[in-house]
Amino acid sequence: MTSEQTSTTRAAPDTGSPKRTRLPYYPGCTLKTTGKGLEDSALAVAETLGVELVELPRWNCCGVVTSLTDDDLMRHIAPIRNMVRVQEVSDAGLVDDKRVVTLCSMCFNALKWSNARIVGDAEDLKSLNDFMYLEEDYRGDAEVVHFLEILKELDPEAIAEQVKTPLGELNVAPYYGCTLLRPKSIGIDDPEDPTIQQELLEIMGATVIDNPYKTVCCGSYQTVQDKYAVAELTHGILSHARAAGAEAVTTFCPLCAFNLDNRQREVLEKHPDFEPMPVFYFTQLMAVAFGLNPKCCRFDLNHTDPRPLLRGKGLMKEGA
Amino acid sequence: MAETVVITVKSEAFLKKIVALSAEAITVCDQCGTCSGSCPMIAEMDVTPSQLMRMVQLGQSEALDTKTMWVCASCFACTVRCPRGLDVSKVAEALRQVTLRRSVDHLDIRNIPDDELAELPQIALVSAFRKLTG
Repeated sequence: MTSEQTSTTRAAPDTGSPKRTRLPYYPGCTLKTTGKGLEDSALAVAETLGVELVELPRWNCCGVVTSLTDDDLMRHIAPIRNMVRVQEVSDAGLVDDKRVVTLCSMCFNALKWSNARIVGDAEDLKSLNDFMYLEEDYRGDAEVVHFLEILKELDPEAIAEQVKTPLGELNVAPYYGCTLLRPKSIGIDDPEDPTIQQELLEIMGATVIDNPYKTVCCGSYQTVQDKYAVAELTHGILSHARAAGAEAVTTFCPLCAFNLDNRQREVLEKHPDFEPMPVFYFTQLMAVAFGLNPKCCRFDLNHTDPRPLLRGKGLMKEGA
Repeated sequence: MAETVVITVKSEAFLKKIVALSAEAITVCDQCGTCSGSCPMIAEMDVTPSQLMRMVQLGQSEALDTKTMWVCASCFACTVRCPRGLDVSKVAEALRQVTLRRSVDHLDIRNIPDDELAELPQIALVSAFRKLTG
């Protein structure tokens, strides 16, 4: 099944048209807590670009990580139930597209993977529909996309038009981690050398620092059982970005953000010479470039305060 | 000193069990070591990912005693690089599931300090408990 067959509309807004494209939106749990800076800034950025992200009613946990054993159909119920919600808002005409937009990279991966597995197996789809007998049957024609894919579909000129504060001298290293890229069947870019963030950062005028650690895992959930092992990975990722000339990194994943940002505390315990580095959600930097109200960035939730860096570069007013 | 490996009915059954759970053709691994060279968690492991694959190929249930299977972060760095198209993450998951389905958890929430629990994002806790508890 190709995207051409199932997608009803494209997200690209007509230039000059006031009509917003309404897309179903799955936030996931962490975007309501530690990842609030990602959600609030992304919603503000989307609105600026003429895209309305319509939060799904009654969404539930996506499961975060796809179960990898072959006999585990039960573990796909949670993500597929969310796909029923996508179908509902689409059938009700509340959105213009059957592609549900995700912001959190882990939600993106878990939902897309489960959807692909279940939709690809008619018997499994029927089993889950039978199990969820109180729901409408899921027909399997909804899709999962990441917000970066929506941004890439937009006319680059339309994004450039919104840039009020070019990021200029800010040296940023895009960080991708795992779940946006791997496995290949799920990822949105080249798993070895992704460029999708770079292309957008360049539109916003940033100086992009490329380095091979952009795809190295941050340790993910291992942060729960061994924070020092994760701190070593953080140290490697940020030190290589720094050595390449970066002053900050960007991410779309609230778990990468936690491991790269909050775990700098553990990095400093083991490596006292380490120079702390701000970790931005990608859309926080977009909001800065668009000159949106900095309140939508929720910089108060970042562990390493990025505001001194932004003020130093003239990208944020004193006191903001 | 050469070590003699004896393949028994039991070891063959173990291999078949892991092949069934992971749905991976484990026997086609030719031990090139690309997975081990790609693994970000290797510093924390007692056997390398390619050694783990070899243990399973030989039906050695000692694979279940390795630290390696619990340390895998399911990052799929090995998956995208394996020249045989194998997914070592799925093999590690199958090994974890053998233990977890015996109701033996690897992570106990009571051992996580309160300040950590308060700070960790939900996605960290949910994924860790899905991977490391039954």
